Amino acid sequence: MSYKAKFRVWRGEGGEGKLEDFTVEVNEGEVVLDIIHRLQATQAPDLAVRWNCKAGKCGSCSMEINGRPKLGCMTRMSTFTEDETITVTPMRTFPVIKDLVTDVSFNYQKAREIPSFTPPSDVKPGEYRMQQIDVERSQEFRKCIECFMCNNVCHVIRDHEENKPGFAGPRFLMRIAELDMHPYDVADRKDSAQEEHGLGYCNITKCCTEVCPEHIKITDNALIPMKERVVDRKYDPLVWLGNKIFKRSSSKS
Amino acid sequence: MEIERHEYDVVVIGAGGAGLRAAIEARQQGKRTAIVCKSLFGKAHTVMAEGGAAAAMGNVNSADNWMVHFRDTMRGGKFLNNWRMAELHAKEAPDRVWELEAWGALFDRTKDGKISQRNFGGHEYPRLAHVGDRTGLELIRTLQQRVVALQQEDEKLHGDAEAYIKVFQECTVTRLLKDGDAISGAFGYWRENGKLILFDAPAVVLATGGIGKSYVVTSNSWEYTGDGHALALLAGAKLINMEFIQFHPTGMVWPPSVRGILVTESVRGDGGVLKNSDGKRFMFDYIPEVFKDKYATTEEEGDRWYTDQANNRRPPELLPRDEVARAINSEVKAGRGSPQGGVYLDVSSRLPATEIVRRLPSMHHQFKELADVDITKEPMQVGPTCHYIMGGVEVDADTGAADVPGLFAAGEVSGGMHGSNRLGGNSLSDLLVFGRRAGAGAASYVDGLAARPKISPDSVDAAKAEALAPLERAGENPYEVHHELQRTMNELVGIIRKAEEVTEALEAVGKLKERARGVGAVGSRIYNPGWHLSLDLRNMLLVSECVAKAALLRQESRGGHTRDDFPGMSSEWRRKLLRCGLSPDGSSVTVEEKVQPSMREDLIKLFDRDELKKYITEDELADFDALVKE
Repeated sequence: MSYKAKFRVWRGEGGEGKLEDFTVEVNEGEVVLDIIHRLQATQAPDLAVRWNCKAGKCGSCSMEINGRPKLGCMTRMSTFTEDETITVTPMRTFPVIKDLVTDVSFNYQKAREIPSFTPPSDVKPGEYRMQQIDVERSQEFRKCIECFMCNNVCHVIRDHEENKPGFAGPRFLMRIAELDMHPYDVADRKDSAQEEHGLGYCNITKCCTEVCPEHIKITDNALIPMKERVVDRKYDPLVWLGNKIFKRSSSKS
Repeated sequence: MEIERHEYDVVVIGAGGAGLRAAIEARQQGKRTAIVCKSLFGKAHTVMAEGGAAAAMGNVNSADNWMVHFRDTMRGGKFLNNWRMAELHAKEAPDRVWELEAWGALFDRTKDGKISQRNFGGHEYPRLAHVGDRTGLELIRTLQQRVVALQQEDEKLHGDAEAYIKVFQECTVTRLLKDGDAISGAFGYWRENGKLILFDAPAVVLATGGIGKSYVVTSNSWEYTGDGHALALLAGAKLINMEFIQFHPTGMVWPPSVRGILVTESVRGDGGVLKNSDGKRFMFDYIPEVFKDKYATTEEEGDRWYTDQANNRRPPELLPRDEVARAINSEVKAGRGSPQGGVYLDVSSRLPATEIVRRLPSMHHQFKELADVDITKEPMQVGPTCHYIMGGVEVDADTGAADVPGLFAAGEVSGGMHGSNRLGGNSLSDLLVFGRRAGAGAASYVDGLAARPKISPDSVDAAKAEALAPLERAGENPYEVHHELQRTMNELVGIIRKAEEVTEALEAVGKLKERARGVGAVGSRIYNPGWHLSLDLRNMLLVSECVAKAALLRQESRGGHTRDDFPGMSSEWRRKLLRCGLSPDGSSVTVEEKVQPSMREDLIKLFDRDELKKYITEDELADFDALVKE
């Protein structure tokens, strides 16, 4: 049942590093994160990797396995052949701290730039009434475990550091869509989605959707509908006329 | 080397549900608050909670109210609970859940648009507010986003988002510091770069969760190394109920690498049944005497209950967790287990596939991805897994204050609320209710201080030496000491305990403590897991000693403590709490007995005499009779 697998793991810190080769035991039913842990316990005690739940629920162990963004805990070793060399590298879009651990503070910065849930001031806790069908749209996006692999894979920032300041990434554009679709949210998010958070950069290649471990349809259900909402606003002739005549920006808060 | 220094009013250690709710409260009361957590913000173990938050809102069955919830909680804990905590919890849980909704949480709905509530083991009515089977994630995300909302407010008001509430993520606290008797701060290190950090703060709220990493088979993540339990003990606080550990009845048993990962109780709440290798629904054979009149005795009645709860009793698959875990353990021991050493949990023959995917999406996903099992087509194999510790820091129910001035605790790291066994769903509500209370308790403690306690340079030097020691010696690999501790606790202080085995465990723990003093960590201080584990070992060993010592002393079986050599529940023991403290020289754990205070009159009157007599002594029963006559 068990065999020796060939692993190449990126190791390094302080901006320098290289792939290191390991030969390591693999047992039936194991996942890539198990093998990383075996390396820690037997060959490289200081090998750095983030992990928590080991059940695909916390989104900590994001890494690139043979070049593809994956959760280490959800990538079964049985998906590889026994003679295959498995290459494990850190997420490329974020600066490496050490080995497989990256500095993901970009994501926390972006989270803070999205205005929070804004309920009407006259609804008290306990008085909220919503239909299941109306909450389901946002619920899909709230399944997000913040593994940040969608932001990692997005070509707008993957090799374009210069786009980072003006682009929230799929994760946080989806957060805007989630709030915009919340039955009780009263904030206007359409202009800022486009102008401040870079929705327009997205050209719907669906890479984010493809890597989402929660199988959230980020592009189809969040980003495209959000783009449509922006377009409806921006190119609505009546709104345009109103803005011209009354010299005000009705759509801006 | 320079140690980074920060001043705060309140430092909250842990960023799970309890920690975040405490920090939000402290900040809302105007206190400068730090949240210190070992993982990234938003990754805490709370995300693993699946079933829901128990709150008697009465949205699905209007007969529910706080008194019913209180009774269920006391019953679940076999009457060992701190009744004041159980009372506050039952009364305040609905407000805490509704508040989350105002912060953006999106719970599943009833037909009339209210928060839907689901059935769970030990709860008389459908009571758990939930979002599919990912309620913990919703809770953590909502609280995380509430923290962000407060930071946005602070940015507008003060031009600095982190002026009043700041998250120190991937940062571990290794010592609490004191000025005389009172807390003066906390010392730790950044996991990312190994730099040392000092918090100067008069109030510390512990919200560090549990201790599961002392066991091999556990549903807990690496963070659960008993840090808060140990920090409290080292600071002079007391721990109670440490012998009570909940083994969740349904953890995954295969493949080996995911052994112990949780299978939510909602599977049973939504109709799933437990079967042995003969295909028999064995739980009907395991209804204990104290619950005989509350559970169905035939499959037909149990099945009818799902649609008609007024006229039928609930199926025994929904007994409290300790009962179900022991039953599974017995079936496997009797040779009626599944091929991989568990029993079968089947929902595939009970609900249509689409309904299973809708109600249990993450279970469906988890089994498909990790075990290659489609739960809409075949049964799961499940077995008990170390899940939760009922024991923890002894606190004042109303404020979360520990014995040490300035020290507070909430959530799993605190003790008393759940007695000897926690009901499913009572954990998420516990976090919210007592997280808020501990945050408020810490804020008002700070308000009442005449002078700020000072940090002594000596205590900082000692903490620094302790933290850096593993890096400075070439000793044993810490992973080996950890593995041996896990095996010891699993095998000798597990679900079923006996005196010889627990004694053996204590000897083993003693030797491991020796070895832990000699472990070394190779490599640099930058994100070095071997070093981190070397430091965590101190905590796991201290906590394991508490568990084993208390388990050896309690000569009865109750909730999460089953003694093979003392199988019965004793009403004399119900009156006693075991209280762990640190020996005067700091080298080991001492345990003393403490009398459990009697329940307040209006609360005990909520129970029937027939039920009470199963738990309380003759004397107590006489008092009750006198009380009812008045």
